[in-house]
Amino acid sequence: MKTYSIIDGSESSLKNFLKTLPGVDQVGAEARAAMLATRSIKNASKAFAIDLAISMVDLTTLEGADTPGKVRALCSKGLRPDPTDSTVPHVGAICVYNDMVGIARKHLDAIGGEEIPIAAVSTAFPSGRASLAVKIQDTEDAISSGAAEIDMVIDRGAFLSGRFGEVFEEIQIIRGICGDRAHLKVILETGELVTYDNVRKASYLAMLAGADFIKTSTGKVAPAATAPVVLVMLEAVRDFYEMTGTRIGVKPAGGIRNTKDAIKQLVLVNETAGPEWLTPTLFRIGASALLNDLLQQRMKMRDGRYASPNYVTID
Amino acid sequence: MSIFEYAPAPESQAVVTIEPEYGLFINGKFINGKRHFPTVNPANGKKLSSISQASVADVNKAVIAARTAYVKVWSKMAPAERAKYLYRIARIMQERAREFAVLETLDNGKPIRESRDVDVPLAAAHFFYHAGWADKLQYAGFGENPKPHGVVGQIIPWNFPLLMLAWKVAPALATGNTVVLKPAESTSLTALLFAQVCQQAGLPAGVVNIVTGDGAVGAAIVNHPDIDKIAFTGSTEVGKIIARSVAVSGKSVTLELGGKGANIVFEDAAIDEAVEGIVNGIFFNQGHVCCAGSRLLIQEGIHDEVIEKLKHRMSQIRVGDPMDKNTDLGAINSGEQLSKIKELAASGVAEGAEIWSPNCALPDKGFWFAPTIFSGVTQAHRIAREEIFGPVLSILTFRTPAEAIEKANNTPFGLSAGIWSEKGSRILWASKHLQAGVIWANTFNKFDPTSPFGGYKESGWGREGGRHGLSAYLASGKAGK
Repeated sequence: MKTYSIIDGSESSLKNFLKTLPGVDQVGAEARAAMLATRSIKNASKAFAIDLAISMVDLTTLEGADTPGKVRALCSKGLRPDPTDSTVPHVGAICVYNDMVGIARKHLDAIGGEEIPIAAVSTAFPSGRASLAVKIQDTEDAISSGAAEIDMVIDRGAFLSGRFGEVFEEIQIIRGICGDRAHLKVILETGELVTYDNVRKASYLAMLAGADFIKTSTGKVAPAATAPVVLVMLEAVRDFYEMTGTRIGVKPAGGIRNTKDAIKQLVLVNETAGPEWLTPTLFRIGASALLNDLLQQRMKMRDGRYASPNYVTID
Repeated sequence: MSIFEYAPAPESQAVVTIEPEYGLFINGKFINGKRHFPTVNPANGKKLSSISQASVADVNKAVIAARTAYVKVWSKMAPAERAKYLYRIARIMQERAREFAVLETLDNGKPIRESRDVDVPLAAAHFFYHAGWADKLQYAGFGENPKPHGVVGQIIPWNFPLLMLAWKVAPALATGNTVVLKPAESTSLTALLFAQVCQQAGLPAGVVNIVTGDGAVGAAIVNHPDIDKIAFTGSTEVGKIIARSVAVSGKSVTLELGGKGANIVFEDAAIDEAVEGIVNGIFFNQGHVCCAGSRLLIQEGIHDEVIEKLKHRMSQIRVGDPMDKNTDLGAINSGEQLSKIKELAASGVAEGAEIWSPNCALPDKGFWFAPTIFSGVTQAHRIAREEIFGPVLSILTFRTPAEAIEKANNTPFGLSAGIWSEKGSRILWASKHLQAGVIWANTFNKFDPTSPFGGYKESGWGREGGRHGLSAYLASGKAGK
């Protein structure tokens, strides 16, 4: 497990470190994100971006109404997004609730999708309002059922009341449980942190505590992965790399519904963190509806015309 | 493709029709000049069209047309009627925005993203804003019945051809003056398209006259006895000549001249956004901006961090075809300007400053200069004192806020300044002590028709825009500052 010498883990060392971070100017950050949204991505670069985006999708279902059948269908879709075209890459991961992890793993293994990891949302997702013991058990369950990626939520209540040490410690504990068995994605729930200064602080808190990925949102709170929020998080991983030599991944989730939005995210990555982050090991997009729009746009690029939505499977 | 390259995304030129030859716009009609000169696309050096060179007699005709229109039509028209024309022009400019943007980029070399998102929308905004003033001038604080000057001669530069036209023409017409305007020699096309818009809007003949050509045309305007007021935007050098020429003529004058704006980054700044502001301050419009933040003053404690981030950010700047929607930095407007930039950059190297540019391939044809920074610059360097008017940034350091102000003000210019700090009290303190007409806090190069713009010291006389800008076009108004 990686530790960083920047802080000693105590509440005061965390507070002191977070104070040294420069503020984020809201107007400036939003203006930069808006400018990058004007990039015009056409032809070969669009085709490249679409396939890259597909390979970065964490194909997600997080509903109370999820059933084994629904999850199996999602796994099949994730492995072969377009059954008629084998050149379409598989998605980055399948993201489900804890109790569906085993079902998803088993099904993927059965259909030849061994290399697709299962991501489980954990630590009393989405609110995180449970005892530490429950959060630990939740994570342990998910990993033992076959989850290779844990999407945990931070304690936003503790963060907003300035108890950074608690937030940090909880991430460290979950990190410890994941060990080498699972990647840890830390969900900041930026819609509840509200300010970009908070997003920057929470990003560093998560990275210092051992996150492999920092993730914007649960998808249950709006606003979610807005462009300026992702910009601030990408700046954080870029600067953290400069500081420590470790590259942390970023996962925007929630609100990215079409190809245009996804490509805007890739432009943000390309021009903020840099092209090194343009890989599924360092950038994921949490989404459910996005994949079908990517597939439709892909067909359009291939055939020169839009196909009926019936040519895209609904799972 | 294994990396994310952006394929070319050129804006279509089909939206504009460029005539092989353009006349002068006098008394509502296009009249072909006797002599012509070429206007070229600075991005590839190709000729776009032939522009008429106005003679002294042509300028005289334009002034007569403007005077006649003033006496017979424009001065007698109810202010609310004047406003209608301005609103109409503004709406047509919006409707034909793409045409204006494409033409501006072809003729000037600036990226289409900027002409589309900045120049053209702001130009229309100036007409909308001033249209609203036309019938409310008695409430502007210049007395109960403020009067226009009459005929106004206006000379504008090549860096924002359409926008500078709007800055000049909109307030002149709103306050009831008529206009003889000379666009810059290398960028006449959007002014001539604007002349067509005046026709389309049914603006009475002679209210706006546009005479194209070189400096001799400008001199003819400045020295014409029947012009009541001169408004000039351009170099301090030419501004001084104009000031001398009109000194005993009784003409009113406003001048918007050069600058060497200080962009001051304090150690408590929001660094990432400050870096954006530095880039926007000097590389917007290839640095062809009189209020550019061309002197960067960084507090010593954050110098290395800022420079490192600035270099990283500058490596993202996309230099090339201005018509490509993804281009950030376009062509230098003319060979003459390029030589000037090169000469000053060479002086920076010779005087011992450290030059740095990102790796970027420049096109073979046309006029190009890579985004460049000089670190280790001192107040004594030429590049810290003279206006380069190109994508070249001079970086200096300071230790205390007082030193920052002292260095920022130690220049014959006084047009713009920028302050980067997350501390409100520091921003208020610094802005009180900076001698600059425009001071931006945590932003740079933001323009709005409601905000007055102008310089201290050798950066100019008078203000343009806002309520203050109206006074320059009213005989009863107080001048400037």
